[in-house]
Amino acid sequence: MNEAVIETQGLTKRYGDLTAVDDLNLRLQAGEVFGLLGPNGSGKTTTILMILGLTEPTAGTARVLGYDPLRHPLQVKRRVGYLPDSVGFYDELTARENLRYTARLNGIDRAEADRLIEQVMERMGLRDVVDRPVGTFSRGMRQRLGLGELLMKRAQIAILDEPTIGLDPEAAHEFLGMIRGLKADGITVLLSSHLLHQVQAVCDRVGLFRKGKMVLEGTFEALSERVLGGSYRINVEARRDGLERLLAAVPGVVRVTPVRGGRYLLEASRDCRSEVARRVVGEGGELLELTFERVSLDDVYARYFQEARGEA
Amino acid sequence: MKREGSPWTGLWAVVLKEYADHLSSVRMRILEGLILVVAVATVYAAAQSLRQTVGEDPFIYLKLLTTSQDPLPSFVAFMGFLIPLTGIALAFDAVNGEYNRRTMSRLLAQPIYRDAVLMGKFVAGLLTMATTLLGLWLLVTGLGILRLGVIPEAREVGRGLFFLLATLAYGGVWMALAMLFSVTYRQPATSAMATLAVWLFFAVFWEIVVRLLSNVAALVVMRGGTENELALVQVQLFLSRLSPNTLYSETVLALLNPDVRALGPVLITQLEGAVRGTMLPLWQSLVLAWPQFTALIAAVILLFAYAYILFQRQEVRA
Repeated sequence: MNEAVIETQGLTKRYGDLTAVDDLNLRLQAGEVFGLLGPNGSGKTTTILMILGLTEPTAGTARVLGYDPLRHPLQVKRRVGYLPDSVGFYDELTARENLRYTARLNGIDRAEADRLIEQVMERMGLRDVVDRPVGTFSRGMRQRLGLGELLMKRAQIAILDEPTIGLDPEAAHEFLGMIRGLKADGITVLLSSHLLHQVQAVCDRVGLFRKGKMVLEGTFEALSERVLGGSYRINVEARRDGLERLLAAVPGVVRVTPVRGGRYLLEASRDCRSEVARRVVGEGGELLELTFERVSLDDVYARYFQEARGEA
Repeated sequence: MKREGSPWTGLWAVVLKEYADHLSSVRMRILEGLILVVAVATVYAAAQSLRQTVGEDPFIYLKLLTTSQDPLPSFVAFMGFLIPLTGIALAFDAVNGEYNRRTMSRLLAQPIYRDAVLMGKFVAGLLTMATTLLGLWLLVTGLGILRLGVIPEAREVGRGLFFLLATLAYGGVWMALAMLFSVTYRQPATSAMATLAVWLFFAVFWEIVVRLLSNVAALVVMRGGTENELALVQVQLFLSRLSPNTLYSETVLALLNPDVRALGPVLITQLEGAVRGTMLPLWQSLVLAWPQFTALIAAVILLFAYAYILFQRQEVRA
């Protein structure tokens, strides 16, 4: 499980003066779901195009399943499925005809293609509409058709660019479930998005992009540890000021921020509510409220970019 | 750096898909309907006037294509007008259409090279045009048999087939140009208008430009004399032949009229010993039209190659 299926070294792309991707070192292991995270224009799509060999890097190399996308683009594209953001199909053709065309481009023979199409359309929940023109499809259906296309060509790696953008919450939720299904099939997934809670819901690891650089990378827990110091937040209301030092001394607490009038916000690397309660009460404090929440990727993201702006 | 695999991987998949698209598209049906009406009308009218002289003309089936009957122009004249339109209609949104439907990146992410996409679209366009032309020609011949009651001879069929080839090359020029503009412009409407503008320029204004230029040349030369006169005519002819329309009409003139012996100025001394009224054999007519014919094909190749280079270097991202 530890072999790298996608590996880039010093990957760089410049358009004139603009550096879209800057010295990117990325490593994806087989079977994981990796989230490329960042604001629009931070270089996510350019990175994807370079991995597919659709754009030539200015410097650096990429390797996909051991192949160089520049020298062996056919080998790479045979094994990698790509779902572009707002994927398009030929509207006047039916879903089946669209997939048949892809199958023929992939060298899958007709009988095999028809069998596969039945199978993946069933799985994507599109079996009833397979003979309808794609022009009548909703956005969510097109996305599922795109995912079906990846399954049909038996891609080992799925690259999904902003797959849930513009979907209604229910369709997005359903689609995320399908992405988890890809993982269950052993397909490595590279997912780009700026919708953080969705990335958090499906990704094993994330990489945070900013101005073409991957500024942070790791599991969600590791990221929140690094940026926020911990992935738990505890709200304490004790109706007494001056408890900072006491609270900061609780094992596991990383940072204490007094809010106002006896309220404190604790960031902690683990759940230490009972210890907090014991100490507050032990000091004679009046513990009125003790709430607990896990931080989300939104917090990590917001804090990171806040700090980055502060530094700039 | 060498790429692995053939650039033609998937070519036939693209060709078949595009060919099927063309044959079922509304655009092509409208044009084909138009061409059909024109063909039937002109050929019917021509047959009407030829019925009196059936026995006298050895190339009656070629006359069927070139005879005009007021107020209708001849079939060939109409083709010179409709074939460029067909070529443009087949290709003006070939590349930018894929971008606009957002299918380009998905298409290029399949295990094929870009070569196959552009080449496949071009071959499919040519195939569509060839199918239309062949059907049309068979229809015209059939109509001729019905109206004239004469079976076409092999030499007429031969000339007819070369006429089809020349027409295909002429249509190919406009198709390649439309495809080039579909690579350079992101909006299909822009590329269609640009190609139509070039076509109109050659169809209407080029002759005027040529006349103006040769008038200027005459002023510069000033002196009279046969030699200068001849040189002026040569210059005028050369300029005129820069237009694909001239190349096509000269090719067709030579192929469909066996009694045409020269496409440029002929001096009276050159006609010495010529037997008037004799017809050239097919291969001699071919030799006569060869420079024009190859020039048309060269124009197709050049335009397509330029479109090809631009497309290869284009960024996939909009």
